[in-house]
Amino acid sequence: MNKKQKFFAFPYVLWMFIFIVLPIVLVFLYSITTKEVNNIKTINFTLNNYKLFFDPLYIGVTIRSINLALVSTIFCLVLGYPIAYIISKIHSKHRNTVLLLFILPMWMNMLLRTYAWMTILGNNGIINNFLNMLGLPSLRLLYNNSAIIIGMVYNFLPFMVLPIYTALSKMDQHLVEASHDLGADNRTTFLKVILPLSLPGVISGIIMVFMPAVSSFVIPRLLGGNRSLYIGTLIENLFLVTGDWNFGSAVAIMMMLIILVSMSILNRFDVDKEGGGSSLW
Amino acid sequence: MVKRNLHKIYMGLIFVFLYAPILVLVTYSFNDSTSRGTWGGFTLKWYIDLFNDRDIKTALYYTVIVAVLAATIATFIGTISAIGLYNFNKTPKAIMVNINYLPVVNPDIVTGLSLMILYLSTNMRLGFLSMLLSHITFDIPFVILAVMPKLKSLNKHLTEAALDLGATPLYALRKVVIPEIMPGIITGFLIAFTLSIDDFVISFFTTGSGVTNLSIVIYSMARRGVKPTINALSTLMLTVVLILLFLINKRSALVEGQKNNGGH
Amino acid sequence: MGNKIIELKNISKDYDVRVLNKINLYVNENEFLTLLGPSGCGKTTTLRILGGFEFPTEGDLFFEGKNINNVPPHKRQINTVFQKYALFPHLNIYENIAFGLRIKKINDATIKEEVKKMLKLVNLEGFETRNIDSLSGGQQQRIAIARALINKPKVLLLDEPLGALDLKLRKEMQLELKHMQREVGITFVYVTHDQEEALTMSDTVVVMNNGEIQQIGTPVDIYNEPENAFVADFIGESNIIDGIMNEDYLVTFLGRTFKCVDYGFSRNENIHVVLRPEDIVMVPENEGYLKGTVTSTIFKGVHYEMIVNVGTFDILVQSTYQSEVGDRVGLKFTPEDIHIMSKAVWNE
Repeated sequence: MNKKQKFFAFPYVLWMFIFIVLPIVLVFLYSITTKEVNNIKTINFTLNNYKLFFDPLYIGVTIRSINLALVSTIFCLVLGYPIAYIISKIHSKHRNTVLLLFILPMWMNMLLRTYAWMTILGNNGIINNFLNMLGLPSLRLLYNNSAIIIGMVYNFLPFMVLPIYTALSKMDQHLVEASHDLGADNRTTFLKVILPLSLPGVISGIIMVFMPAVSSFVIPRLLGGNRSLYIGTLIENLFLVTGDWNFGSAVAIMMMLIILVSMSILNRFDVDKEGGGSSLW
Repeated sequence: MVKRNLHKIYMGLIFVFLYAPILVLVTYSFNDSTSRGTWGGFTLKWYIDLFNDRDIKTALYYTVIVAVLAATIATFIGTISAIGLYNFNKTPKAIMVNINYLPVVNPDIVTGLSLMILYLSTNMRLGFLSMLLSHITFDIPFVILAVMPKLKSLNKHLTEAALDLGATPLYALRKVVIPEIMPGIITGFLIAFTLSIDDFVISFFTTGSGVTNLSIVIYSMARRGVKPTINALSTLMLTVVLILLFLINKRSALVEGQKNNGGH
Repeated sequence: MGNKIIELKNISKDYDVRVLNKINLYVNENEFLTLLGPSGCGKTTTLRILGGFEFPTEGDLFFEGKNINNVPPHKRQINTVFQKYALFPHLNIYENIAFGLRIKKINDATIKEEVKKMLKLVNLEGFETRNIDSLSGGQQQRIAIARALINKPKVLLLDEPLGALDLKLRKEMQLELKHMQREVGITFVYVTHDQEEALTMSDTVVVMNNGEIQQIGTPVDIYNEPENAFVADFIGESNIIDGIMNEDYLVTFLGRTFKCVDYGFSRNENIHVVLRPEDIVMVPENEGYLKGTVTSTIFKGVHYEMIVNVGTFDILVQSTYQSEVGDRVGLKFTPEDIHIMSKAVWNE
């Protein structure tokens, strides 16, 4: 430890203030001012942007996004936990290979992976062409909520699996043996020992899926078409099309708040050790 | 026994789910027909189209340049700053580290739009510089994330030994600390590079004047409908990834072999 | 005592190599039996087979006369104290101890009483609501024991439970465990590599090496009458010297013939002689049966450990009197101190 080497970080501290703190401050400022900011002297503070957010139209957008993210997260959890469990049970030789194979698709560009589903689900896509071959009519598989959910699960599944897998593989195997030794069968051991101990991983996974899911804009845009608005596409619209930075900033701030609140709710589940675990029974 | 087979079936289905879309892209990159249902014969014309596509070539150029520059600069700044932050007192350190992690915790759309506001509010033109600065900004926290643990687990006695033997603190830094944390530095660089190569949202918001990257080009093409050249692009990118992974595997097997034979 | 509660018949276990080879062993009810041996000798594997965490490749395991080869751990009336305690980190002490009872759906009031009794038994009264991480190693060990014993198993398996404790605490716990076993009145099967621990606590010691049983006996038997060179070398310090058994009660080694108390060997059979260092007395040179020069003296606290070179052999001697390096000394011992063993093949 060398106290003089503190100064190494000073340039970056400056960088952080310019490129991390200041932008967020600006966003906040825009969210509480009106559009006519041509001159510093004519700044008008207002809460209208936030009021507009609570308009039924935009609340609908918010609820739709949260729903979508929740459903995607639940699918990821239901599909992902077994995957993490199965991989953690594989013997070391093959385990790394399986993990690698599982992670490999993540290395493909996210847009390509999302675009691939357009190829599969579209009117002229694989599934519909197959159905048509059998003489069945085409289904509207693309440009709806289901397509978005499929896209989200496809993209975010590894983010759910990896933290759970880490938690499971770090678990002391003797705990499972101890549980059996004390009379618990496989089912009871899973419910009373394995599941609770993997909970931190589950919480991590939920956070790592829910957060990008709720703020996502590529997946809803490509797979959901322009039919409905979601928070992500709304923000993009406001900033890059309409140019309404004020309202856009307010929506962005509200989205960050939603994420913050959900994270603190989730973190509650992690720290509930005070009960001593009697609630397990 | 039954359980084991059930496991295998389930994992099999999952892998089908994961790889089917990719395989579809690869297959159709050779398909001599624009319709995605029918097979029109084997062809390489989409690859030829790809090589002739100026947009894609420009995008590839920018993607690689930005990734290399941003990752390198971020690794340099990040490593030095990690060392600096490591020596901070408790409270300032906590504050700085938390601010540092904001780009990691924030959704990338927020990072992207906030940077865009910063640039435009200061009348800066969006282009190469703005994109590069943004990439550096979100790369550095990941470098610090990779280097800090290595600093924490560094054996303090090593530095003390160096000083005891007559080294100045700076010399000890160069010859003892940096080599020890090098794995973290390399990891940080690789993470930063991967993030920059793949980035879409932040680049989308902070670029302009014709500067694009691969992700942005793919997005524009995909929005206009499906284009077979994208399939060809996917296949090529997949091949690059596979080669990289193969090389990494070979390298770590080589390192293992060296270790087992007593090293050099 | 007297009922065979556990019996192993021809138990073998293979992984890539054979780690247990035709183990035949029985444990009596209420016995404190210890499996003793160096790392890798198979003692832990044997214990895990008893607990049901490993299945034997060959052979049969009997519990109270019934074959339990295929009975899973949670159905055996056996409980285990694991080496690193394996306490459940997500449960507090009360719930850890109560775990087995909760599974049996015992009512809360009874559980409360039993947990209290257990905590009293292990000298940790009042610790119900504490968290695992607030405990020291020794305390965690005792909670692990309480958690196992509360289920009133017929047999308790202990896998090197005292390994992580410091010397003083280990010695205290050895006595406590012995006391607990007597008080609760159940069978203990204990695994350790520490021969002193085994000798202190056990009714019966099973010495193992390379997957095979070397000797079974009481601590006194094992110590005084080792059956082969491995046991003699593993238990306590020994001088193991080549010799010839002239006839019953007469043996020749190191150039001299001695009266001894062993018999039953063939005439002039090549054997091993075991002399314990603490049995040898150092006397003035001309009074000794063997004469030699002191080549090393080390202070061990309890005694001095000296090496005396008698020409063809370096004899280890323990004495409370110190001799200097270079001294010429004599060595004396009684016929009862000479232990004869057949020359078995002894793999290190």
